[in-house]
Amino acid sequence: MTTATTLRHRNLLGIRDLEAGEIDLILETAFAMKEVVARPIKKVPTLRGRTVVNLFFEPSTRTRMSFELAEKRLSADTLGMTTAGSSVVKGETLGDTARTIEAMAPDMIVMRHASSGAPHQLARVCRASIINAGDGTHEHPTQALLDAFTIREHKGTLAGLRVAIIGDLIHSRVLRSNVWLLTKMGASVTACAPATLMPPGLRELGVTVTHHIDEAVTGADVIMMLRVQHERMHGLFLPSAREYFTYFGLTPARMERAAPEAIVMHPGPMNRGVEIDSDVADGPWSVILDQVANGVAVRMAVLYLLAGGEGEN
Amino acid sequence: MLLKSVHVVDPAAGRNGRFDLLIDAGRVSRIGRDLPAGDARVVELPASCIVTPGLIDIHVHLREPGQEHKETIATGTASAVAGGFTAVACMPNTDPINDNASVTQFIMKRAADVGVARVYPIGAVSLGSKGEQLTEIGDLRAAGCVAITDDGRPVSTALLMRRALEYASMFKMPVINHCEDPSLKGDGVAHEGPVAAMLGLKGIPGASESVMVERDVSIAELTGGHVHVAHMSARQSLRAVRAGKDRGIRVTAEVTPHHFVLTDEALARHGGYDTNTKMNPPLREEADRAAMIDGLRDGSIDVIATDHAPHHADEKALEFDRAPFGIVGLETAVSLCFDRLVHAGVIGVPRLVELLSTNPARVLGLPGGTLAEGAPADISILAPDASVTVRAAALRSKSKNTPFDGWTLKGGVAATIVGGRIVYSNTDLVTL
Repeated sequence: MTTATTLRHRNLLGIRDLEAGEIDLILETAFAMKEVVARPIKKVPTLRGRTVVNLFFEPSTRTRMSFELAEKRLSADTLGMTTAGSSVVKGETLGDTARTIEAMAPDMIVMRHASSGAPHQLARVCRASIINAGDGTHEHPTQALLDAFTIREHKGTLAGLRVAIIGDLIHSRVLRSNVWLLTKMGASVTACAPATLMPPGLRELGVTVTHHIDEAVTGADVIMMLRVQHERMHGLFLPSAREYFTYFGLTPARMERAAPEAIVMHPGPMNRGVEIDSDVADGPWSVILDQVANGVAVRMAVLYLLAGGEGEN
Repeated sequence: MLLKSVHVVDPAAGRNGRFDLLIDAGRVSRIGRDLPAGDARVVELPASCIVTPGLIDIHVHLREPGQEHKETIATGTASAVAGGFTAVACMPNTDPINDNASVTQFIMKRAADVGVARVYPIGAVSLGSKGEQLTEIGDLRAAGCVAITDDGRPVSTALLMRRALEYASMFKMPVINHCEDPSLKGDGVAHEGPVAAMLGLKGIPGASESVMVERDVSIAELTGGHVHVAHMSARQSLRAVRAGKDRGIRVTAEVTPHHFVLTDEALARHGGYDTNTKMNPPLREEADRAAMIDGLRDGSIDVIATDHAPHHADEKALEFDRAPFGIVGLETAVSLCFDRLVHAGVIGVPRLVELLSTNPARVLGLPGGTLAEGAPADISILAPDASVTVRAAALRSKSKNTPFDGWTLKGGVAATIVGGRIVYSNTDLVTL
């Protein structure tokens, strides 16, 4: 793999579209951005005069704050629009929303939407660069990038690592972005979920699939825990939170099967006592707060590269 | 009019060769060789043209009454004849639903006033298609309905299907079912499989269709009624239909061109999430598409129908999971059939005519489907070798929601004749 010198893309819609060299470029750039964030004055003029719209059609706290901080540290002019539900709720089509925003001539749009593919649809009508901040159950590319960045910080590399991803996988955009990223970067991925929460097709992407957490954890260098939402706990996906924790919860005892120096990650927000024991979440393995801190640097890198990047899509 | 020495393909009458066809007073008055023209106008056609009994699309949403922003009886039938169809059967999920004779009469009257193709209404199985109470099926039949269905929704329970089949049998009408188990479908928007999973779209498994096909085959056996499976898409359903036919049960099935041409891979193309690749049943995986081709070839599928489902561009410009299901199909069907079935070597022209004319007429008990003497002069003139490029903006349909925009296909429609009257001709291909 050779590190790319520019992104070929106008937008960041998903990790699926990126080549390994481009992922590497973003991560390398993020290391430089992290140095900026460590300074007493955490601001550079890189995006001065550029306008970034944060368009959040779905509630978000951490991702929105992380993007806003990244934009401000690059000196961009930012404005935000948060609205519950889709454009339909307002009686407006997605196309109209796009054209309205477009008329204000922003340089970049950071978009979070409950519908998979909404950023792709927006990208077809907007001249601005679109950054996908999470679309439905499709992708969350900057989360996967900050996860990769955090793994590299702790492990030095992604290639050859054994990564277990455990939780509600079928509903997870974080899973999908991480599968693309980790397999492109040479890690070996094991996906672990109850059969009711496992998406089809992972094996075809080179992922090992299991329904037994002990198998997933054994020998893992990195364990990513994904959130299981409360509404899945009753009804037809799962019988109860109690049973979920019994069979899929990450406990200190289970951590003993992991590789030495294994790290535990979680994109948040955590359900303590459901997918992860507090003794693990707060224990020596946890790099969960590093993920949050690194999110800003990684998003600065993405904004910076897209602002300077040229080319197709 | 005397069509002079034209290539007639009419499986119902066992004809596949050059004949003279004399049309008089809206009917085929004579068919034979070297017929005297008398005072009839003599029409000759390019040698490559094929003359077939009028094509009949038994699964069309004309949207009138109530959704005239999508389609009307005028625009829908104009679209039909431009696609080579001389007749359409229209689904009852209008607003109001065609669940009583007054709606049927309205459709019949509008069709008589503004329709350019024949229109055969299909009535609802249950009032409001709510799955609770049978409609006045005899009344619907008397007003002009040719079948019943709750299309758009499945016939909700096994008991309702039983009663509908028993009752409709008295009036010699089939029950058409949109087979889909609602609990297995859930709020799915795409075929359940790796493609939808990686696009983050909720899945609709093939089994959601086949469990109800299997149910209906069993109930057809129980009642002796005729069940017709609408827009079959899953290979498991085809197995159930074959098994039913093997046991002599009265089950017939249709498939749409998009289900034998496209797969769920189309959802990921061109940047992904094109809402013109969203339909119900969804585009399925290659094994299903290949199974539909097999069924067309071996006779276990009776009919090609388009499920012409016009939607306004504004409705389709929504998020993928919010946009309505469906695509228009009347004006692309013939080209897709020639290109992907005939020229691809799957079936010959006579079999295609069976699928598009003979069998649709048989399944619904319609006049037509043959060019025998005395039959209505509903005639499609097809140009198997014409190169056709689909232009969504140029469609006669009021709606342009097609995934085939820009496709170049081999095979097209030269002209369409309904009741002896030329209602459509493509002047690039023929002069009539």
